[in-house]
Amino acid sequence: MADSTLALESRALHKRFAVKASRQITQALDGVTLQIPSGSLAALVGPDGAGKTTLLRLTAGLLRADAGELRVLGIDARAEPQAIQNRISYMPQRFGLYEDLSVLENLDLYADLHGVPKAARRERYPRLLEMTDLGSCTARPAGKLSGGMKQKLGLACTLVRSPELLLLDEPTVGVDPLSRRELWQIVRQLVSDEKLSVIISTAYLDEADRCGQVFVLHEGRLLAQGAPETIRAHAQGHTFLVTPPTHWPTRRLQAALLDQPACIIDAVPQGGDVRFIQRSARNDTALVDLLHGQPLQPIPARLEDGFMVLLRQQRARDDSGNTDDPPLDQPVAQPLTPAVIASGQATPQTDAERVIEVRDLVRQFGDFTAVASTSFSVRRGEIFGLLGPNGAGKTTTFRMLCGLLPATSGFLQVAGVNLRHARAEARRQIGYVSQKFALYGNLTVRENLEFFGGAYGLRGQRLRERLLEVQRQFHLTGQDNIPSGQLPGGFKQRLAMAAALLHQPEILFLDEPTSGADPLARREFWRRITALAASGTTIVITTHFMEEAEYCDRIVIQDAGKVLALGTPQQVRAQAGDSPQRRLDMEQAFIGIVEQARGRHQPTSQREVIA
Amino acid sequence: MRDFLHRVLILCRKELLAIFKDSSSRVILVGPIIMQSLLFGYAATFDLSNIPYALLDQSHDAASTALIAKLDGAGVFHRVATLQRQHDIAALLDTQQALLAVHIGPRLEQQMTAGATAKIQLLIDARNSNTAGSAAAYVGAVIDRYNAEWRAKQGLSGPPLAIETRAWFNPNLETRWNVMPGMIAALSMVQTLLLTALSVAREREQGTFDQLLVTPLSLPVIMIGKAIAPILVGLMQSTLVLLITLFWFKVPLAGSLATLYLGLLLFTTASVGIGLSISALSANMQQAMLYTFVLIMPMMLLSGLATPVRNMPDLLQFMTYANPLRFAIDLVQRVYLEGVGLATVAPDFVPLLVITAVTLPLAGWLFRNRLI
Repeated sequence: MADSTLALESRALHKRFAVKASRQITQALDGVTLQIPSGSLAALVGPDGAGKTTLLRLTAGLLRADAGELRVLGIDARAEPQAIQNRISYMPQRFGLYEDLSVLENLDLYADLHGVPKAARRERYPRLLEMTDLGSCTARPAGKLSGGMKQKLGLACTLVRSPELLLLDEPTVGVDPLSRRELWQIVRQLVSDEKLSVIISTAYLDEADRCGQVFVLHEGRLLAQGAPETIRAHAQGHTFLVTPPTHWPTRRLQAALLDQPACIIDAVPQGGDVRFIQRSARNDTALVDLLHGQPLQPIPARLEDGFMVLLRQQRARDDSGNTDDPPLDQPVAQPLTPAVIASGQATPQTDAERVIEVRDLVRQFGDFTAVASTSFSVRRGEIFGLLGPNGAGKTTTFRMLCGLLPATSGFLQVAGVNLRHARAEARRQIGYVSQKFALYGNLTVRENLEFFGGAYGLRGQRLRERLLEVQRQFHLTGQDNIPSGQLPGGFKQRLAMAAALLHQPEILFLDEPTSGADPLARREFWRRITALAASGTTIVITTHFMEEAEYCDRIVIQDAGKVLALGTPQQVRAQAGDSPQRRLDMEQAFIGIVEQARGRHQPTSQREVIA
Repeated sequence: MRDFLHRVLILCRKELLAIFKDSSSRVILVGPIIMQSLLFGYAATFDLSNIPYALLDQSHDAASTALIAKLDGAGVFHRVATLQRQHDIAALLDTQQALLAVHIGPRLEQQMTAGATAKIQLLIDARNSNTAGSAAAYVGAVIDRYNAEWRAKQGLSGPPLAIETRAWFNPNLETRWNVMPGMIAALSMVQTLLLTALSVAREREQGTFDQLLVTPLSLPVIMIGKAIAPILVGLMQSTLVLLITLFWFKVPLAGSLATLYLGLLLFTTASVGIGLSISALSANMQQAMLYTFVLIMPMMLLSGLATPVRNMPDLLQFMTYANPLRFAIDLVQRVYLEGVGLATVAPDFVPLLVITAVTLPLAGWLFRNRLI
């Protein structure tokens, strides 16, 4: 009857949700038919709201499908959800660790919940602890672990018993590249050693590229499936690398390319060059003009390229009626005119005005030093990236720059104001977008904007003008009366940015703005940032997507509170050993620099404590 | 200054929107308060011991001395004054030094031996009607025993002594009269405290507090803005209980509304000060909730609502000075039932002002030192 060699088999699977407040029905899954063989590593990818989490929750027997058939390990998910739950493990996006319990107590708790006998634990624990590298801190409360370690502990708790199928929902969101690599090593080891089937959803397409099978979901429908090569094939022959003309900042050429949706599908900065996907193979004259005759270098497609091609095609198909998102054929930000491009050329390099000045900044929590003697400066109009592993002191530095945390010692000047004396004065000049959506969820879009406008001293005619302006700029027009908590993810972020830019601050601080966002949303986000920087706003940003560092003029890499590298992306890559013979991408450079520093002096236990 | 007010205003507006936008929180702020008012109005009963009483003995004969010995020996009465003139009674009851006065008229023994029924007058402060009722019952019991002994000794049939009770301030001895005005303060305090305690804790948990702190809004503005909304909610709730007391239970309002509301405003502000301090102290909503409940119970117990403050051990009596509810209840009861004016209840304002003056700056200090 059922094919037992399939880990998952679905036929015409449907699932709807009623959104209470707006009385709308969301079609989370709309006829998904797929098969995942046992013992394979399968990746679910797709933009936000594609139905990845819904599919995983249906598979875990936590939800019931409205229609269609779903068999997990040969068991009917509708009839016997408990039978499935006895044989699988599921790690949701926010895994429920008990923060006050120690690492070992968390493991015990989950072992108790799953009824794992004591003898089995003795055998299982050492292996889990070894795999996750948590053996040295079994007594530490889970709340005191870094983000990466928490995810590893979550995975260990999920694996206290041997499941036949492991479901992981975006396990690497908000996790730094090093921890991300470790998590993947664990997962791959499980697949090869224990013949475990794993279904993993992820926003990192390079991760999906290393899976056996990839399923591309889009608005509840399966857009494509197959081995990574199959997906890549969609972009094969269309991907090129171009070096910007001399003195052209990479991201400006990238933005200019992205603004030509007629001939360009996607463009991202990469190692000082721009990587782009051409819509048709023939040579477009508009493109030649844009590139100022720079030579194109054909390069092999990545999974992300294929994904972008698929998504753009799909969006083009159902574009006409779609009003939710700004149409992709229109630029999300004002096009960069040649004048703007030209004016931006010199900015990052020359000694422009320094809007942030940090000298010997130190922050201690008790006897733990979160930030040790850090110095850097940021110039007007620069995009400045703060990178580092979880718990490296990024967030602490960031909070000190925003005036949310006083420094223990050192000099800190933001927007020409010393933060030690005139914090309120400095706050007038900055905008802040936190990592989590931090506007008032039960207030409407307009109420939120009016409140924050008022808080920044805008009122009357001026407030109304600015409201209109940011709503236009961030495509929020006509959304006035929707409670902001009910907006879809991308909207929330645009609203948060709109609120932070109402008072036209000199500096915009963004804390992991792209965590968990899909590639499309991230392109759109960076296009806006590029435009903002071009108009003179200074941007300070943290991110875990190393390739995004390529958008920055300069970056700083921190670990254990110390600055390990500071400079343009090119300089940082060079520091890691990048050369024309051995090209390193940003992620490799990052891992190299951090590991090199850790190899020299290894205060492991200190490093992982989160500030 | 205009800027300052504008900022307080927009913050205030945001707080009120945040509270009343949500239909469930609207229900929570109105429903329970009505339910509790009715519940307390219908169902409250109390007990007591150690009743302070004043004695006016105009007989000074063997029968009266024996009666007084029985009263003093009963274990529940505590004589605070021995009076000579009838009109001294009023002052003692007014100031609550005595809960009741026992008035033995002249020639008690003479009347009794003559076989007539002599009257013992009992004057009770009935503002706290439960206490008054129980106290009267105790006196009744003592006199019943006295009568029984007298009859056994003298071989008479009729009761030699009869009690004539006069209740002051609340002539019909209705419990409701005493309970409901107290509730005007007590019921609103619970939610005012909770609302305030949660307000910052919620923002901290949801990350919006950081967003607020990076704006140029100064800490005093944030504090004031955060205080005004719950004060308004607290007053609204007090008004609800007041309306129920007045129109449902029909307890007549003796004093002036202006005085009552001035007192309530001071009381709510003091409660909000305590709530903000809790909020500044808590890292998350769960902590804020726990701290609030840990505080509410003792505040209720030490308010004089359940047991008269003067019956408490000295240490607890001392602690009640930090409890705004104690003064609010006293104030509301006196204004509502006795109809006293501003001058009379002014002493109750002082501790409320002191509590406010301590808790608001404390909350500010805690914010500064915990947040940053």
